[in-house]
Amino acid sequence: MYHGSGRASQESASASVPGAQAGDTVALDGLDLTVNEGEFFGIIGPNGAGKTTTIGVLTTRVLPTSGTARVAGADVVKNSVTVRQRIGVVPQRPNPDRSLDAWENLIYHAAYFGVPRREAARRATELLERLEISGKARMKVDQLSGGQQQRLMIARALIHEPIILFLDEPTVGLDPNARNSLWEILRELHGQGRTIVMTTHYMPEADELSDRIALIDRGQLLALDTPEKLKLQTPDGSLETFFIAKAGRGLDA
Amino acid sequence: MNSMSAAAPIASIEMLHPPVPAWRVFLALLSRDVRVARRELPFFLVRTIMQPMLFVIVFGYLLPKMGFTQAGYQAALLPGILALSLMLSSTQSVTLPMVTEFGWTKEIEDRLLAPISTDLVAVEKIVNAMIQGIIAALVVLPLARLVMGPVAGFTFSHVPELLIVVILSAAAASAFGLLLGVLISPQQIGFMFSLIITPMIFFGCAYYPWRGLDVVPWLKYAVLVNPLVYISEGLRASLTPSVPHMPFGAIVGALAVLTAGFTWAALFRFRKRAIG
Repeated sequence: MYHGSGRASQESASASVPGAQAGDTVALDGLDLTVNEGEFFGIIGPNGAGKTTTIGVLTTRVLPTSGTARVAGADVVKNSVTVRQRIGVVPQRPNPDRSLDAWENLIYHAAYFGVPRREAARRATELLERLEISGKARMKVDQLSGGQQQRLMIARALIHEPIILFLDEPTVGLDPNARNSLWEILRELHGQGRTIVMTTHYMPEADELSDRIALIDRGQLLALDTPEKLKLQTPDGSLETFFIAKAGRGLDA
Repeated sequence: MNSMSAAAPIASIEMLHPPVPAWRVFLALLSRDVRVARRELPFFLVRTIMQPMLFVIVFGYLLPKMGFTQAGYQAALLPGILALSLMLSSTQSVTLPMVTEFGWTKEIEDRLLAPISTDLVAVEKIVNAMIQGIIAALVVLPLARLVMGPVAGFTFSHVPELLIVVILSAAAASAFGLLLGVLISPQQIGFMFSLIITPMIFFGCAYYPWRGLDVVPWLKYAVLVNPLVYISEGLRASLTPSVPHMPFGAIVGALAVLTAGFTWAALFRFRKRAIG
């Protein structure tokens, strides 16, 4: 299913979210990171670290106040429409179109991306099956459980065959079973060579899935390396300890 | 500055992901809204027909039958009722979804991630609301005519004027609806109806011609801030021209200015809410 190749990179992106939703404001301060093609890239940090802002900038939903960010070959500000066409986004909380059923959520989303109807139907059938929610296709999305809605969000993010998939804390609020099966799906997608950028504040999740991890806090990059190399830097070999040493606070803070 | 790595030449990305023309994305967004409207057709009809038809029954049928209205009142009332249907339907069909999708469920997100400019996502909402407003007026017209019986002075002979008025009216009402939708929070919906929509309905010259307000001059000029006044007067000028009405040029000018102003303000606010 995966055909594209590309890379997301963000250089010195500095973004601040205006206080429309109080408490969401996290300024990025000199965050430099480059995601390689085909890589599973984890961004980890506690609440308020700037994870969602980073994803927001990379997915064209937050305007950086300075710096540049390029995703899949296009600038997120100057060519936001091009970037949107090449990315898939799984939000922190499922936000399906509640006026449509699960099937229509996929079909109309595909239509927004110019996928012909017949091809969209073929891909929707395949994705629903692979994500094990075929039985829910004609149900209103409100009738789907949290985990099923999250899978629908993944199907929606994939139906236009994006070059890069962004997931913002995709397992928050899921029970352990749903989390495990989501991990399976993400491993499979990564195995097919897709570039994935995922944020989490759950260390085992980042450790389990990522090729490389960026530890961020208060909008700054604290460390960036493979999980193995990061773990080598602490006496007890745990990412958690490494983070506390770097940030001066734990991930749950 | 990064450049693309050799492994991922831009040409290959563009071949696999050719840009989608904006009009195609726009039509897809519109077809989604049409799908939703078709599913909600019974609610749409109730919402659209209920209030105007109750007024038609009381003011266009009962009161004339009781002899409480003068001859010719129906000719002033019918265009006003159509104006009301058009405005309420256009406004509501964009305001209510916008309020919930932006303020509550955030489900507007998947459309904001569509490969099209954010402004066009907003414009699509206006176009969809225009269609719904025009359909509402088309549904109410025969029903109202049926209840009222023959209306003296009612004519379809001013088609070009009628088309101009209907399109501009739907545009003004829809842009106004979008502006309300991006300004207010879900908690303020009740407040909006009592404080904005209801006074607009009663001071919108729907139940009386604007020239009738000659008897209360301050009110005659105060109501000019209300877009419904121009919609009602515009439909009078084109459907029952024998009823005294505002000059046609003034109506068209006012509707055009209101449409531009509301659209500008709504897009400004939409962008603010859409992009952090």
